[in-house]
Amino acid sequence: MSARHPVHPVIEMREITKTYGAGDTEVRALAGVDLLVEPGDYVAIMGASGSGKSTLMNIVGCLDVGTSGRYLLDGIDVRRVSEAGLAQVRNRKIGFVFQSFNLVARTSALRNVELPLAYAGVPRAERRERAVEALTLVGLADRLGHQPSELSGGQQQRVALARAIVTGPALLLADEPTGALDSHSTAEVLALFDQLAIQGRTVVVITHERDVAEHAKRIVHMGDGQILSDERQVAVEADPPRWAKPAEVPA
Amino acid sequence: MNVPETARFAWEGVTSNKPRSALTTLGILIGVAAVIILVAVGTGSSRSVQEQISSLGSNTLTVQASSTASGGRGGPAGGGFVLGGGGGLPDASTSGSDTSQTATKTRTPQVTLADARAIAASREAPDVLGVAPVVNASSVTATYQGASHSVGTTTGTTPAYLLIDNTSVQFGTTFTDTDYTEHRRVVLVGPTVAQDLIGSNPENLVGKTISLNGISFTVDGILTAKGSTGPQDQDDRVIAPLTAVQDTLSGYGALSSVSVKATTADTVTLAEGEIESILDTRHEVTSTDRDYSVSSASSILSAATSSNRTFTVLLGAVAAISLLVGGIGVMNIMLVTVTERTREIGIKKALGAGRGDIVGQFLTEAVLLSVFGGLVGVVVGLVGSQFTIVGVQPAVAPYSVGLAFGFAILIGLFFGLYPANRAASLRPIDALRYE
Repeated sequence: MSARHPVHPVIEMREITKTYGAGDTEVRALAGVDLLVEPGDYVAIMGASGSGKSTLMNIVGCLDVGTSGRYLLDGIDVRRVSEAGLAQVRNRKIGFVFQSFNLVARTSALRNVELPLAYAGVPRAERRERAVEALTLVGLADRLGHQPSELSGGQQQRVALARAIVTGPALLLADEPTGALDSHSTAEVLALFDQLAIQGRTVVVITHERDVAEHAKRIVHMGDGQILSDERQVAVEADPPRWAKPAEVPA
Repeated sequence: MNVPETARFAWEGVTSNKPRSALTTLGILIGVAAVIILVAVGTGSSRSVQEQISSLGSNTLTVQASSTASGGRGGPAGGGFVLGGGGGLPDASTSGSDTSQTATKTRTPQVTLADARAIAASREAPDVLGVAPVVNASSVTATYQGASHSVGTTTGTTPAYLLIDNTSVQFGTTFTDTDYTEHRRVVLVGPTVAQDLIGSNPENLVGKTISLNGISFTVDGILTAKGSTGPQDQDDRVIAPLTAVQDTLSGYGALSSVSVKATTADTVTLAEGEIESILDTRHEVTSTDRDYSVSSASSILSAATSSNRTFTVLLGAVAAISLLVGGIGVMNIMLVTVTERTREIGIKKALGAGRGDIVGQFLTEAVLLSVFGGLVGVVVGLVGSQFTIVGVQPAVAPYSVGLAFGFAILIGLFFGLYPANRAASLRPIDALRYE
């Protein structure tokens, strides 16, 4: 767990820009973003569509590279990493949670959670043990053999969450994790995020819902490719603000 | 990611859409089975031709008029014949082809009874053991007590022919030189003909009178079965004295051929040379404008073997094309699969799958499809080769099995490479956005 030692920030962005197209059709998705996320922090990034938050998420997640600027993920300069290296960085440093779950179809929950470990070259027995552990943590110990189509939306997202944390990544990166869930499942998933934050994991959640963002220790607002505001709700070391309170159900 | 893990993913990919995978393997299956069966048919037919030709005897030579030469001349009618040694040629009191040898300058090339006699009589042919003139009558129907049979080959010849042709009589006796000279209407019947005429006990036909195209012949003997090698039944024939056949069935034209037996298998080439020198003189031709040809069983064999090889290669090539088409089918399906599973590829890349992992998975899927199709194809090919196909009993060539199966795997690898590379070069961000 040395990855979460507070020696260097998990995310360190300096003047990150991202432009699509060229000339007259040039679109500036990110216009110089500075972002620093300490280990153990729980950050919500908010913004309307077109604000640049998805582009930011892709760059943070090493799925895309900024046009200019400097980005260190857990101390690694991502721009200097090859395409093959980026696959490894994603595998070891980041756990993804997507809005649409993105589980591999026709593959059991256990196999889905084992997947990143398989790409990391973890031996079979250990892989299984860790996958079961992660699924137990999200409360799905009794659903190991179920395929995604046999699970509810909330359960699928919990499998995705288990898959995201099974490698012990430096950063848990969630893109609208509750966007496709009903209120009950939303509450379950958010409680899990809180729980992970208490365990000291670094979490970045991208959302446009205020209720979701309020679970975070820190809320960053984006608009027009820039950070508009950055409000800290509680200290990095503190528990998430909504923890132990009953999850609020939106009307 | 290790090999069993990659194989497991590939297996899951292949089994996730079973009907489609089955249809894809069908292309490879048919290709592999076709290669095996067609090569087996080629090998089988070549083997049967070889058996047939070697049953003629390795020291047998056949002299035939060659239709390609045009300006040959008939030799002058020879006077008194001298009988050759061994299976010599009995003198016939009258012979139409003898007297018809008026020396016209241009005529169709033919081999005559006089030629046969000249070879038999010549002192310059020490390596010739026996000579038998042969006429073949066509469309002969044999009838006996209401049963009738259309005879495959009707041969008119001398008793020496049986020796030259490696044919023996199983029941009864052969006809004699006297039968020949006396134009006696006797006949030796092949087992197939005898069976059709009298049923299961062909020996009962000996001594009976059958009619050939309405003319009565007495059955002297039943030939020993030679078996039917290949499409031609060698037992579907009758043999009668040349004189009688000319009198009744074929007319007094040229000979169909002259069968010659060399003293030993090693002297076949010498005998061939001797025959050529005798006939060149008689026909007033040289090796460049020869109006006849001398072929030995071994020369027929080598010609047949080489033409059969061409035949086999052609069959194999046609089958290989179908295998190739099957391979393109695999590529097509793999490309569809890659498109269909773009999202899955994106997820896996986001989870840390490297290029190698994705290439490995899709390449293994393609190879699995072709290996599976290849294995079933080998089974189908081997089973299919057990049946007689258009009269040929296929003989499975082991090399064709290995070749077809190996080719199938190579095709899987080759045609899987492009789709696999395409899958691996998808950017995760694009792949994830793909709906």
